[in-house]
Amino acid sequence: MSRLNDANIKLAREIIARYPRPKSALIPLLHLSQEQNGYITREAMQHLGELVGVTSAEVYGTASFYEMFKFEPVGKYLINICGTMSCALMGAHELMHHAEKKLGIKAGGTTPDGVFTLAHAECQAACTEAPTLQVNYRYRLRVTPDDLDRLIDNLRDGKLNDEFPPHGVLSKVRQSIDASRAVGAKAPEDVNEAPAWLDGKAAL
Amino acid sequence: MSKTYVHAPGFVAGDRPKIVTSRFEFADSFTLERYLATDGYKGLRAALSRPANEIHEDVKSATVLGRGGAGFPAGTKWGLTPQQVWPRYLVVNGDESEPGTYKDRLLMERDPHQLIEGCLIACYAAGLSQCFLYIRGEMALAQERVATALNEAYAAGYVGKNILGSKFSVDIILHWGAGAYVVGEETALIESLEGNRGMPRLKPPFFPAANGLYGQPTIVNNVETLANLPWLLTHGVAAYTAIGTKTSPGTRMVAVSGHVKRPGVYEIINGTTTFRDLLYGEEFCGGIRNGNALKAFVPGGGSAPWFTPDQLDLPFEASQVGPAGSMLGSGAVMVMDETTDIPAAALTLTHFYAHESCGKCTPCREGGTWLERILRRVVNGEGTDADLQQLLEVGAMICPGAFPHAANEKLGLSAVPFPYKMTTICFVGPSAYAPVHSALTLFRSEFEARVKKRVTIPVTVVANETANVGASA
Repeated sequence: MSRLNDANIKLAREIIARYPRPKSALIPLLHLSQEQNGYITREAMQHLGELVGVTSAEVYGTASFYEMFKFEPVGKYLINICGTMSCALMGAHELMHHAEKKLGIKAGGTTPDGVFTLAHAECQAACTEAPTLQVNYRYRLRVTPDDLDRLIDNLRDGKLNDEFPPHGVLSKVRQSIDASRAVGAKAPEDVNEAPAWLDGKAAL
Repeated sequence: MSKTYVHAPGFVAGDRPKIVTSRFEFADSFTLERYLATDGYKGLRAALSRPANEIHEDVKSATVLGRGGAGFPAGTKWGLTPQQVWPRYLVVNGDESEPGTYKDRLLMERDPHQLIEGCLIACYAAGLSQCFLYIRGEMALAQERVATALNEAYAAGYVGKNILGSKFSVDIILHWGAGAYVVGEETALIESLEGNRGMPRLKPPFFPAANGLYGQPTIVNNVETLANLPWLLTHGVAAYTAIGTKTSPGTRMVAVSGHVKRPGVYEIINGTTTFRDLLYGEEFCGGIRNGNALKAFVPGGGSAPWFTPDQLDLPFEASQVGPAGSMLGSGAVMVMDETTDIPAAALTLTHFYAHESCGKCTPCREGGTWLERILRRVVNGEGTDADLQQLLEVGAMICPGAFPHAANEKLGLSAVPFPYKMTTICFVGPSAYAPVHSALTLFRSEFEARVKKRVTIPVTVVANETANVGASA
């Protein structure tokens, strides 16, 4: 059941067509699969391999390198608390201890109801706003223990559904290129000439 | 209390020239409408009105330095592509993840059109026929903002076929990662873009400009570097070089985090602004929190050797910071006040690099992990004095020879200049050692206070006992 559905297959083919080589689309397609299923299954990797023309082992080889791809279910909300230097200097470890107590799980664990997964994260590029955390890769900044309590309660009560889509959904906007505007991707071996605008004259 | 997250906060404006942050004051800075109302796509029009090679010359003579970490001039990088090999690609490095660094995400979330325009100018000038804009996986909002901006720009004729009705045509493809720090290294970025594990490629070739994506000439530029181009083309080389110094013209974005009164992202004048200005100046961070004393600071991202108050008067100028024993890196200053537990602070960074090692080079894969485990032992009070020596020995296997460090008058240390030698393909391995080495060199007493003296069994006694055992047998 974890092959891409028809709508996503259509989307996948559009994405693949943007690259000179199909395998380049693999990471975006893994995200698409994770968005559909919440995590990456063996069957999904088999299917993605078929779509881009590689074996499922190659798909797993790529997918397993990257932190964001999960191979078993995680909570609806993945809470990543940054612990790298700037955040550590501003109390990230205390925040993590607080989160562990509040949720009753250790970092890396998931609550029995399947709502929250808590994880250590590395630098989230918001260092001036430390300590930081992300819920499903969306930020909360300068987080105090009280903020964290409120955040968890509100997430559990469904009050923040608009702000935090379920785990797997990243960008809510997709790039879409109208066929009339697209230049189109060509395999590198099919291009042997300098681009038209390099003729020594102004383009406009 | 933390608020609903609208777009990247943290930027602190000031009464200084603004090249890349000029639209940040507007709440709708990311829309095409605002962009067009504030000189948007003017630089592109200016570029397309002249032959491509002239634009390349402009970027060269303006000495637009790379803002990703190495500080290599963009115009020179573009010139490293082999003649008459086609196609050539542009890969935009938006995989910002160096500890302490926070600027590219701001630029993507708050002014995506500026980045898109920069990509177009680069493609035009260097003859690059397709652009891949690689955004870090964990930045959902940046992906949304750039996707929206690209959709607008395609529809309005700024990207795609026959841009502004000209013969210039290029696609910009939004690509996004999935969480791996090492992918910020340019050859790893290319591997990742090819759908592979993001491991750096063997060198040489040293630059993907010669052999990059699909084996073709490929330019990899940082987001901030490209974001400079629209302003440069709109206002001209002279206006650009009038800001900053000859060797470091223009501005640069610097994130100051940690124990300062006003942590934030500042667009500063390149080359002349000093660390003292930045940390203590009223228009910048306003001093150390609670009036505390400064203990140490990291001048250029987690990979950079540390500085102490002795180096505060250095300007943001690579030719001075390098000989002083560190680097400017990606514009990330992390500040530690007198209350900081130095070994524990170093551990957070060493843990980071050990965790992010891709595993390709043994010295980094094994050595980084050893460094972390030994350091953790020391921080937890379970280490011995032999562990301190061991840290330096393991580090020397990743970086043989003298490792850069700052001068320190109190300790009687003179600076060892940057860079170092390394036994790994990329900088992740040495980066795991940088914080350990700096902390241990500059604050050795803090380590010594935490370790137990190892009790050694006197060798002579053992030898005699052995002899006795032998004799009685």
